[in-house]
Amino acid sequence: MNILFFAALREQLGCAHCDIDLPLPASLATVRAALIQHFPQQAKRLAVGHALAAINQTLINDENTPINSSDEVAFFPPVTGG
Amino acid sequence: MSTENASNSQHYIAVQQADFDVAHEYAELRNDNRSDGAVVFFTGLVREMNQGAQVSGLTLEHYPGMTEKALQQIVADASTRWPINRVRLIHRVGALAISDQIVFVGVSSSHREAAFDACYYIMDYLKNRAPFWKKEVTSQGDRWVEALDKDKQALDKWQ
Repeated sequence: MNILFFAALREQLGCAHCDIDLPLPASLATVRAALIQHFPQQAKRLAVGHALAAINQTLINDENTPINSSDEVAFFPPVTGG
Repeated sequence: MSTENASNSQHYIAVQQADFDVAHEYAELRNDNRSDGAVVFFTGLVREMNQGAQVSGLTLEHYPGMTEKALQQIVADASTRWPINRVRLIHRVGALAISDQIVFVGVSSSHREAAFDACYYIMDYLKNRAPFWKKEVTSQGDRWVEALDKDKQALDKWQ
């Protein structure tokens, strides 16, 4: 599945998106764990509370939320607009 | 790159590089509006000191698509909570200099209480839920602005 990154996280991971291989549907927690495995050096930045997650452009707080293959998934740092 | 909320013609929401004109926005909140006795608006500006460093400018990044969706949701929530009528919400993206305008939130209502509260609410939620990120140019190099606990705690007053 394709995952999007923004802002500081995009720079730290060195890519605006990446392809992660994992069976879907999967929970947000599972996708996050796969991402951490893919970028072990950035484990802390990808952890709950450090990287927010959006599914289909909506912020998700429940790590049990299921993700399907058609979903748009993004990870990014806490927001700082306004 | 601007989006208007089709579901409510009283709500104008835009994410844009271009600057905005407060007089124009105020006029849009006021013109041909016989029912509202109050207009409250807020503008956010780039300031030169932030988180202990001298700032010479900043770049605002966002998540196109999600940003507009998040702002629409925040405005919709505010209009469920208070009897407000017109809302104009503009947030700029791209490169900005010191004193540049970043954000405009304007709300009209028949009475001031709802307009004040809704304007404050929209800004508090925008700071926590809308996917914008600031990268500052400082005397010590470029850096991403850190999210602050006080912004998160600001939501407590709306619980």
